[in-house]
Amino acid sequence: MNFLSLFVLIPLLMLLGLWLARGLKGVRTVMVIGSSALLLLAAWLTVTFLSDRAAGLDAEMLYTASFTWFEPLHIKYSVGVDGISVAMLLLSSIIVFTGTFASWQLKPLTKEYFLWFTLLSLGVFGFFISVDMFMMFMFYEIALIPMYLLIGVWGSGKKEYAAMKLTLMLMGGSAFLMCGIFGIFYGAGGQTMNVVDIANHTGGAHPIDFAQQCIWFPLTFIGFGVLGALFPFHTWSPDGHASAPTAVSMLHAGVLMKLGGYGCFRIAMYLMPEATNELGWIFLILTGISVVYGAFSACVQTDLKYINAYSSVSHCGLVLFAILMVNQTAATGAVLQMLSHGLMTALFFALIGMIYGRTHTRDIRELNGLMRIMPFLSVCYVIAGLANLGLPGLSGFVAEMTIFVGSFQNADTFHRVLTIAACTSIVITAVYILRLVGKILYGTCTNEHHLKLTDATWDERLSVICLIVAVAGLGLAPLWVSNMVSGGVAPIIEHIGHGVSSCNPFI
Amino acid sequence: MDYSQFLYMHEELSLLLVITILFVADLIMCPDKKSGRGVYNTCLPVVLLTLHTVLNLLPCAGDTATSAFGGMYQHTPMMTIVKSVLNVGTLVVFLMAHDWLRREENKVKQGEFYLLTLFTLLGMYFMISAGHFLMFFIGLELASIPLAGLVAFDKLRYESAEAGAKFILLALFSSALLLYGVSLLYGAAGTLYFDEFFSQLRPGLLSVLGMTFFVTGMGFKISLVPFHLWTADTYQGAPTVVTGYLSVVSKGAAAFVLLTVLYKVFALTPLFEAWNHGLFWIIILTITVANLFAIRQKNLKRFMAFSAISQAGYVILPVMGGTAQGMTALVYYLLVYMAANLGAFAVINVVEQRSGKINIDDYDGLYRTNPKLAFLMTLCLFSLAGIPPFAGFFSKFFGFMAAFNAGEHLLVFIALVNTVISLYYYLLIVKAMYIKTSDSPIATFKSDGYTRVALAVCLLGVVLLGIVGTVYNYIDTFSYA
Repeated sequence: MNFLSLFVLIPLLMLLGLWLARGLKGVRTVMVIGSSALLLLAAWLTVTFLSDRAAGLDAEMLYTASFTWFEPLHIKYSVGVDGISVAMLLLSSIIVFTGTFASWQLKPLTKEYFLWFTLLSLGVFGFFISVDMFMMFMFYEIALIPMYLLIGVWGSGKKEYAAMKLTLMLMGGSAFLMCGIFGIFYGAGGQTMNVVDIANHTGGAHPIDFAQQCIWFPLTFIGFGVLGALFPFHTWSPDGHASAPTAVSMLHAGVLMKLGGYGCFRIAMYLMPEATNELGWIFLILTGISVVYGAFSACVQTDLKYINAYSSVSHCGLVLFAILMVNQTAATGAVLQMLSHGLMTALFFALIGMIYGRTHTRDIRELNGLMRIMPFLSVCYVIAGLANLGLPGLSGFVAEMTIFVGSFQNADTFHRVLTIAACTSIVITAVYILRLVGKILYGTCTNEHHLKLTDATWDERLSVICLIVAVAGLGLAPLWVSNMVSGGVAPIIEHIGHGVSSCNPFI
Repeated sequence: MDYSQFLYMHEELSLLLVITILFVADLIMCPDKKSGRGVYNTCLPVVLLTLHTVLNLLPCAGDTATSAFGGMYQHTPMMTIVKSVLNVGTLVVFLMAHDWLRREENKVKQGEFYLLTLFTLLGMYFMISAGHFLMFFIGLELASIPLAGLVAFDKLRYESAEAGAKFILLALFSSALLLYGVSLLYGAAGTLYFDEFFSQLRPGLLSVLGMTFFVTGMGFKISLVPFHLWTADTYQGAPTVVTGYLSVVSKGAAAFVLLTVLYKVFALTPLFEAWNHGLFWIIILTITVANLFAIRQKNLKRFMAFSAISQAGYVILPVMGGTAQGMTALVYYLLVYMAANLGAFAVINVVEQRSGKINIDDYDGLYRTNPKLAFLMTLCLFSLAGIPPFAGFFSKFFGFMAAFNAGEHLLVFIALVNTVISLYYYLLIVKAMYIKTSDSPIATFKSDGYTRVALAVCLLGVVLLGIVGTVYNYIDTFSYA
């Protein structure tokens, strides 16, 4: 058994433990032990990975292992990691750990809540360690379905509507995706589901016909893109985030949406390089719209969660935008942006959840002067906001800088114009963040009921501080992450190569 | 005559033995000597059927394809697998039925329930193993006529009697169509033996017509759209246990038989294209229409009827292209579908027996009062909708994969989009159980031991059949095209 499988095994044991656990205390114990174990494992994996890379292990995927699963269909249980997936695993474990504490006081049906929560994280971890398309797809769907119950039962507001909309849209996306996966599998000869094998034409795979690529690429890209909030398939995201309970919003915006970008990069683009070069521009325009439109939409929202949800659309759009630029710097930036966005959005949602838990409103028109009442939460909120608008020293700056520098390296007008257009989102982000901070945190509190509120409890502080440390760590010392990531990105970008689209009217 | 040929039929003979034992036992045991009242006993048929299943499944690995009685009776190891799948389904139905048969009005009739069910099972055995159209037809009739008795088993209940009448009329009608098709085929080929058919068939309008009637007749049995109109009423009216049996066992047998006949008899090029093309539209219609109707249902049994129709579309999806991969996928799908659907029916049945409630609205807040049942129901519904890590995901994936491999890209895409619709209505029930609350929820109750065993079997199936790859791989070693 490969040690990467522990990422699946631990959540499984947690599920078992939760099922057997009696009472609130038992449930909490299982969750704390499990999520800490995952965090330690991910940290250990990062250290090991970095030292092994430094020692000269330069295979594309490290720690690979493969077991036959469905032999007649060439489906295997294969795991392996590269720089990108290590970064994603680290991110996921941080979010799961902090999410556990963020939902410390959740009621009712705590046990059931954590059962579904753990199942969700099982899917996420499984997705990032797998290199077999079937496995990836399976874990992807495992991660989606618990959202329905998590939002539907424990959510707030229009929860039933939001839960159903989210589930159906994402499942619709996975219907596209499944078709795409079949297309890739049989297009490459139907001998292997292994991503690396298909890309490098080893293990019985042959190159996929260009004509076929042009059918399966859009299907696969849209399939993953729905989860990555690709315009115009992003509409599930604001409703879903707004209705979800705190920790679920964190996990969802922080990790689940990354599955989309990761999948687009690892499956759609990596396996179908010619189609990427040919059709990438269409999606580039769509993601460009996501970036700007998401930011503008965030400006006019009045609900804290909606603001953050639209800002997520904008930032996740930036991830897809950057990978479609197909160059080393931009793609590294994309992965950094996934990390950075994951951490700071989780922080944001955690804080919003804590504020909402006290004030029982998320409407910014009813909130003001919170700085005096809950200074800890407010300061953290300011930090999260600054990270979001890209202040140097915090993670947002590193990621966005890398993306825009990378994007601008493309010499043609089409890419440069789009880059400039996307850059405006930074300014718009600053507008809504600063206005928001000024409105709800500063000034004097006019609501008497709010004056009696208390500041964060220990479990909330723990979860928030963890996230802030991670955000600042990534912002202050980005090199060790970006080196690791760029090592993972390089073979993929090299594989896709650089081609000029023959059907792009803007070139 | 070589009497050793009967040994090839050991499965049928052993089932016949089970039937005989039960028949005699029923004569002796029921009614009770002292009180003169009915005695109920679920244990005996369950044990006998389990023994029968195990004894027949064990030697299966070393088996080879054989035929007896001059080709009238055929046997391949795959058929043993399918028969065993049907056995397990019937077994679960028997376990579920305990609670219902215990009722006062059913106590005297319980012997009949087992006998009728097992006779239909015997009919399915013959249908599966038939090597001749007439043999096939006899099996089919044996499999459908006792079913009418089962559907009308609650004869004092108006809906049940009505459902029985509807079922028998439609069954006869479809048999007539099928028989007409067979007679046309006889005209086209001059033989009714499956083995000779292939070589002697003269392609032309006559054979295409014959095949169309044949497929139509089977379409009624499997309840494919547009031959599905009897399904909803019959499923709603029949006792829930019987509905479960109808929707899984009898449908599964018919689907497998359709596959074998299409593969074996109509494999000739022009005919192959004809049925491939016809099935294409039938599958699209079946899945889409049933899904759209299912959304509107209020009654849970009616809802399950439409869900079962749409599932039938997915069941025969892998048939397209006539590949060995398709056969594996179909049998695997049947097995998985059986676990999930019977699990759902077991919950519906026990809730109906204890509370008399059968509408979707009645399930509001079930999780608060009966968490375990609601949880099981959720898992079964997720499996039906094709959500991993439950078995339904794997069976759907493999079924689609087989059809995709056969070149049916568009069909797979349409079916995939339909899975999203089906997810919507399955989630409606999940929503009722978990999210909604009710003023008069179903009271908390303890289900009986037999139902628990049935639920445990289904739960194991739903959870393990997919993740444990051995099942699919094992089935695959026996498939052929």
